[in-house]
Amino acid sequence: MSEPEIKVGTSSSASFHRAPMAPAMPGGRASSSYGLSVTDDIDARIWERIKDHPCFSEQAHHYFARMHVAVAPACNIQCNYCNRKYDCTNESRPGVASVKLTPDQAVRKVLAVASKVPELSVVGVAGPGDACYDWRKTVATFEGVAREIPDIRLCISTNGLALPDHVDELADMNVDHVTITINMVDPEVGAKIYPWILHGHRRYTGIEGARILHERQMLGLEMLTKRGILTKINSVMIPGVNDTHLVEVNRWIRDRGAFMHNVVPLISKPSHGTYYGLTGQRCPEPFELKALQDCLDGNVKLMRHCQQCRADAIGLLGDDREREFALDQISTRVKFDTRKREAYRKLVQHERGDQLAAKLDANKAVRSLGSSGTLAVAVATKGGGRINEHFGQARELQVYAVSRKGINLVGHRKVEQYCLGGLGEKATLDHTIVALDGIDILLSSKIGDCPKKRLAETGVRASDAFSYSYIETAIGALYAAEFGGKPAMPTALGPSN
Amino acid sequence: MAFKIIVSQCTQCGACEFECPSDAISFKGEGYVVDSKKCTECKGEFDTQQCASVCPMPKTCVPA
Ligand code: SF4
Ligand code: SF4
Ligand code: SF4
Ligand code: SF4
Repeated sequence: MSEPEIKVGTSSSASFHRAPMAPAMPGGRASSSYGLSVTDDIDARIWERIKDHPCFSEQAHHYFARMHVAVAPACNIQCNYCNRKYDCTNESRPGVASVKLTPDQAVRKVLAVASKVPELSVVGVAGPGDACYDWRKTVATFEGVAREIPDIRLCISTNGLALPDHVDELADMNVDHVTITINMVDPEVGAKIYPWILHGHRRYTGIEGARILHERQMLGLEMLTKRGILTKINSVMIPGVNDTHLVEVNRWIRDRGAFMHNVVPLISKPSHGTYYGLTGQRCPEPFELKALQDCLDGNVKLMRHCQQCRADAIGLLGDDREREFALDQISTRVKFDTRKREAYRKLVQHERGDQLAAKLDANKAVRSLGSSGTLAVAVATKGGGRINEHFGQARELQVYAVSRKGINLVGHRKVEQYCLGGLGEKATLDHTIVALDGIDILLSSKIGDCPKKRLAETGVRASDAFSYSYIETAIGALYAAEFGGKPAMPTALGPSN
Repeated sequence: MAFKIIVSQCTQCGACEFECPSDAISFKGEGYVVDSKKCTECKGEFDTQQCASVCPMPKTCVPA
């Protein structure tokens, strides 16, 4: 019998039958240096808890997938940026789900997905309403999933209002990751975001409602921290409403033990039918978001790779496979195949050690140059920490900043797929060029001569010379070539390119 | 005396079914409906009609 074929990303060297590797870490203290290298100063115990969670660990998002089950449509507050009524399958934003599931349907769907997507490590309830308010459905779903796949991680996302009522049960169910959306700590600001809340069978509006929400959010966060549950705080950045105020929010959540802060830009179009959409509230520009993130950096760990997924998203972040798993295609009796899953986990363990070692080396080399030069590098990747996607097929590019502080992921940019059909290629490329503003170098597994030339004219050097290398290794080599006096790999960005 | 749901505006979020103290709201065929025989308008239980107060859509849970 042959082993199921498993790959990490599409990396060529990551085939399943590979020789056992040497220990990844010098000195053999693998686990503690894992913690340090990946997440700077997070200790090894925490690393154990986040290493398979694509949202809580940036490194994990190269390897692991999450799935949201849309079982909780009811909500106890109204946010001005939310409307659960409209769904377009091309839309990617929280609150959107094509089909609502009953807990039974959700469990079946999880099994179908887990059989086909070995990367699946997290199942979350993230709406389209509120997981803590529509609690019975959340619990029924979690119980079913945990019974069928005991090693899967459970995760919820909530507005926090009903959270304090359920913290004990969350702890009992081993829900180790909770996301709370906190957009304000000042009820005056809150009143501009939340027209009403429902609490204790009564509706409250304006400042009174926002104050109750704020108090419940802080209480919920403190209770989670006390129980050692990891919390991620999502904040929606709304220009002119809470953008500057989020600095204050960041301070409050840090003081209450939040693990991570994820500032996401408001998504608002008139067609979404939200209050903000209809009143023409503008969304933040990428540079505004980045400026805010930069000024928050260093307090609580900042998340830079969030995709603002749909409430029914499936797959690796940035590669949604929701449409492959329509419920009517899922038979009532799903046979759960664990083989792929186990094989994948084994492979990741190896591959990941390699990637970490490569990342550590590259970072060390960059720091040791002590150069004051900086580079902004965009990378097309399908995961596995490698440069393994064709420029023409990339739907997003990851952006790394390199300086004497090392090589750091600072965000991602959406681009249109250049290769989709002949028509409109030029327009697409124009769009991509705008998206690449400020980028010095673009790395992909393959890029045509024509786009490469066009990009060069706008000052972006594109190369496929590092195809299938580890991202950090390639970036480190380029940086050294640029600022260290030593030549990079021979085929790299020579003038003839 | 009962409430009803204006189906065309309902987002089918299910919050009303969840909050109704009289178990009067259920999903039937295309959408949520109020069983007028069971609906008490929340009298004796709450100051406000629960379905109307949770509903995210204005004027969707209204007196029949
Ligand atoms: S809490 Fe979530 S589901 Fe409820 S209104 Fe706000 S964004 Fe929408
Ligand atoms: S919305 Fe952000 S935090 Fe939630 S699953 Fe997607 S990437 Fe992770
Ligand atoms: S008015 Fe009260 S009893 Fe009647 S349907 Fe609404 S929630 Fe139920
Ligand atoms: S609360 Fe309103 S929108 Fe939600 S199901 Fe009931 S009637 Fe429909």
